[in-house]
Amino acid sequence: MSTTATVRPMADIGTMLRRNLRHAQRYPGLSLGALGMPVIMILLFGLVFGDTFSAGLGGGANGFDYIDFLTPGILLMSIASGTMSPAVAVCMDMSEGIVARFRTMAIFRPAVLTGHVLGNVLVTIVSLALVVGFAVLIGFRPNASVGDWLLAAVLLIGLTIGLTWFAIALGLTSKTPEGASNVVLPISLLLPFLSNTFIPLEAMPSGIRWFAEYQPFTPIIDSLRHLLLGTPMDTSSGWLAAAWCVAIAVVGYFWAQSSYNKGTVA
Amino acid sequence: MSAAIDVRGLRKSYGEKLVLDGIDLNVAEGTIFSLLGPNGAGKTTAVQILSTLVAADAGEIRVAGHDLHQSPEAVRGAIGVTGQFSAVDGLMTGRENLILMSDLHHLGKQEARRRADELLEQFDLAEAGKKLASTYSGGMKRRLDLAMTLVGSPQIIFLDEPTTGLDPRSRHRMWTLIRELVAGGVTVLLTTQYLEEADQLADRIAVLDHGRLVAQGTAEELKRLAPGGHIRLRFTSPEEFTLAGQVLPTAVPNPEALVLQVPNDGSVHALRDLLARIDDASLEVDELTVHTPDLDDVFFAVTGQPKSEEVTAR
Repeated sequence: MSTTATVRPMADIGTMLRRNLRHAQRYPGLSLGALGMPVIMILLFGLVFGDTFSAGLGGGANGFDYIDFLTPGILLMSIASGTMSPAVAVCMDMSEGIVARFRTMAIFRPAVLTGHVLGNVLVTIVSLALVVGFAVLIGFRPNASVGDWLLAAVLLIGLTIGLTWFAIALGLTSKTPEGASNVVLPISLLLPFLSNTFIPLEAMPSGIRWFAEYQPFTPIIDSLRHLLLGTPMDTSSGWLAAAWCVAIAVVGYFWAQSSYNKGTVA
Repeated sequence: MSAAIDVRGLRKSYGEKLVLDGIDLNVAEGTIFSLLGPNGAGKTTAVQILSTLVAADAGEIRVAGHDLHQSPEAVRGAIGVTGQFSAVDGLMTGRENLILMSDLHHLGKQEARRRADELLEQFDLAEAGKKLASTYSGGMKRRLDLAMTLVGSPQIIFLDEPTTGLDPRSRHRMWTLIRELVAGGVTVLLTTQYLEEADQLADRIAVLDHGRLVAQGTAEELKRLAPGGHIRLRFTSPEEFTLAGQVLPTAVPNPEALVLQVPNDGSVHALRDLLARIDDASLEVDELTVHTPDLDDVFFAVTGQPKSEEVTAR
């Protein structure tokens, strides 16, 4: 190869994505877990606990079916729980000699991590589609237009990209895969549960309510409910939701890249 | 451009620990250069720095004519690295690993497959090509690793302890492969803790100890640094041993083993002379061995320590 070989970002990212998809195919445990968990959650909370929650909230949440109220939050939960597998995968990858090899090659520098992110985005899209499918089966009835669906999809994918970069940055700080799976727990558990996924903010105790009100998931869930079900919402919540997605992505991206390049001649 | 690698004043420390303490290296194009030293001497760190994996603290480094600090990407485009720990993707087959490398070198789909099959054949992995690399033996992994390094036809190849942990047969096979590379015009920088390996392969050898280069030269030049050769005479009885000590006063005695080491350059003339003196005194010699200085002696001579357990000629 000549020394003046030009770097080709798209080609290299594509190669790394194919590598990650092949890993998912050869080592399906991680991605199957990421796909199955949200489906179990929607069935569990929609069918088993739904009536009780709904009754506890005074006969219907904000005056509509509980499954309609629940589904947008479970979509975010799918994204959140899906961040564990790239965090673990990237941590395992870093301990392998193959990544040291990639670092000594003239390939587009961010390609290795971007491949992980895109791979997870694809898995998450499948997972979101499954959740929506099962939700519809058990009574989810959105009244959204095509435009609303598209906006909702952009928001969901935007959040997936952002949270995945962030989770990968966390995974890179961990020495072991076990550590990586623990370090993303705040994202995959805390954010979805301490939000308005299951119950409206008004029904929460004040301390938790304060956290739920200011954390990123709540405005995003509000925006999704607005888009899919037509619930009333301030436009500021929409912008806040978008801003959170962008902010998480930017912080996650630069943090992850700087960890990846740490100590090397970048 | 005659120097493939040119290094001046390379320094690196990790925290308090000084790993490389001002190294100068010059590797001519198309040659095999060996960094020889025990574990912890700084060999791997040197390779990691020269292959852009780790940043140096100080030093001027040019690899393939490019300044490593200013244009690391140009350096990466010219080199190939086979590290100490296998750099293969265990979840992919051997062939997929090679195609992955071809894709990263933008060879195109057809060429990628052709090159992969060619290398599998060349490295005796044609049959194993369809199996996951994680199932390969140590020797097969090393061969796949080296094959992956060659996909981009690098001008300079770094091999960090390429035969550590391999059985003798795999090691000889690796040596043959390395020799073939250089015959094709490639420059190789090889680290090893095995003196025999450096002696077998390298055009020039630098001895690294505690982060410093303690000697540098061809195998022959280095051997000249070592104290001269000797003839080792072993005796069966203490009486003969004592008598021999009187006949050969320059010999260094080892009474416990009943061995005399007689300084001797190993030439036919010097040897005939010694044998004549043994005959004249009618000495009963149980065993005679001619010892010419090897790299073990060199290592001892330049580091001033007996070769540690890590540094052994296998």
